[in-house]
Amino acid sequence: MLEIKDLCFTRDNKKILEHVNVTLETDKFIVITGPNGSGKSTLAKMIMGIEKPDSGSILWNGEDITKLPIYERAKKGIGFAFQQPVKFKGITVYDLLKLSAQKDITKKEACEILSRVGLCANEYVDREVNSSLSGGELKRIEIATISIQKSKLTIFDEPEAGIDLWSFQNLIQVFEKMRKETKGTTIIISHQERILEIADEILLMKEGKIERKGEKTEILPLVLSKPVCCKLGGNKSGKRRQRITK
Amino acid sequence: MENVDKELLNKIADTSEFEGAYNIRKNGQGIERKVTPNINILTKTDKPGIDIYIKENTKYEFVHIPVIITESGLNDIVYNDFYIGKNANVVIIAGCGIHNDHHKDSQHDGIHRFFLEEGAKVKYVEKHYGEGTGDGKRILNPVTEVYLKQGSNLEMETVQIKGVDHSIRITKGELGVNTNLVISEKIMTGGAQYAKTIFEVELKGENASTKVTSRSVATEKSCQQFESKIIGNTKCFGHVECDAIIKDSAKVIAIPEIVANNVEANLIHEAAIGKIAGEQLMKLMTLGLTEKEAEEEIIKGFLK
Repeated sequence: MLEIKDLCFTRDNKKILEHVNVTLETDKFIVITGPNGSGKSTLAKMIMGIEKPDSGSILWNGEDITKLPIYERAKKGIGFAFQQPVKFKGITVYDLLKLSAQKDITKKEACEILSRVGLCANEYVDREVNSSLSGGELKRIEIATISIQKSKLTIFDEPEAGIDLWSFQNLIQVFEKMRKETKGTTIIISHQERILEIADEILLMKEGKIERKGEKTEILPLVLSKPVCCKLGGNKSGKRRQRITK
Repeated sequence: MENVDKELLNKIADTSEFEGAYNIRKNGQGIERKVTPNINILTKTDKPGIDIYIKENTKYEFVHIPVIITESGLNDIVYNDFYIGKNANVVIIAGCGIHNDHHKDSQHDGIHRFFLEEGAKVKYVEKHYGEGTGDGKRILNPVTEVYLKQGSNLEMETVQIKGVDHSIRITKGELGVNTNLVISEKIMTGGAQYAKTIFEVELKGENASTKVTSRSVATEKSCQQFESKIIGNTKCFGHVECDAIIKDSAKVIAIPEIVANNVEANLIHEAAIGKIAGEQLMKLMTLGLTEKEAEEEIIKGFLK
């Protein structure tokens, strides 16, 4: 169980998170949504330890992890998929998967993980994780590194960012599969209706606060009827969230 | 051979027992040599060094010519010339390891020239390494000259990872018609070490091409300088890439020069110097690595 207690974060005189209180139950698929600048990504980074709060605390299974460094949180079973997957020079997909597993894995095992995220394993396992890979390919590799960690809590920060519509369709399939097969809690920061649709719970953020939290059936109609700002389709003038269909 | 000799050989050649032809030089003298029906090694009569003759059509044979120095204060210069026959395809492994436990400087300058006949293909690997507890410097100044005749190609990997206090590495190439020269350099310096690299490749023949890649890591107070010059005289292609990670109070200088003497010459130079990207460290830390472990993995991958 993840408990976030009275979390506050201010930067450049702007209140990014304002007294955020929320409890996320185990084994749930939770989507955090809300307009740009509502504090979603900052909250996700706080959980992983990438950002440090000004005040408040984060408890993971009862233990206060607020002051723990990133790597210790990772060892306690928290995983994080970056909005923009990181590129390296010289580090191959296989190297990165081995580092993610924190043990030696065979190429066969690495290939199995890559196949699960929809990549033709033999073509990718020895490639460098560099800018020769497309946004969609990098995103899948990022998801593969998260899958192999077998984290108890996995956070995805806007997985749809920076990928084309075709890759997005495939990404949804990967998430639907994860939804069925993965144990533990998954948090996805997203603007996308297709991702909201596979959630157990939806958390709606606005201006650094949790505006609503509840079951998908309760929150989704509310979110879809609201004029919100979103990257694909919506804007501050009140246009509705774009639906992406199969 | 003593244990220290074997250890040095293992560092620079990954083995102390060689297959194929070889010539081992220790403290300025040849100590072991083996030739094969296709590869002959002769001692030069006018200056220190050897001539290596590889018969035409020799396929997939190895030549090892390691140098080890364990004597403090030695200044060893050696001239090695390689004559590669038509359509031969061989791997040549050179390198120098210095063990210096004393206060006098030890130095090795290896001047290697490669003459490739038509259609010949060579993979040339050289590794430089220094060790020892003394304050005497370990100095290495390798010079490599490559002359490629029509249709030949040479791939060179040069590595200087540890323990070399001062090095000036000069690599020159003259490329004929339909030839290709690929050079990959990996350097890591620390302490107050200094490493300078000079590449000069002249693309003389039509469709000659070269790709020079340098990846280096400079830490502590060390200094590296990378100078490259590619001259295109005809329809040709040249690409130089210098990529350096800098840490602490280290200094890296990259000086590119590309000279196109012909409208069909296509020459590219890329250079990037910077610290390890914060997001790279962050990503590996989210996988459970400490900042130090993450940094080591990034450098290991970068220099792989």
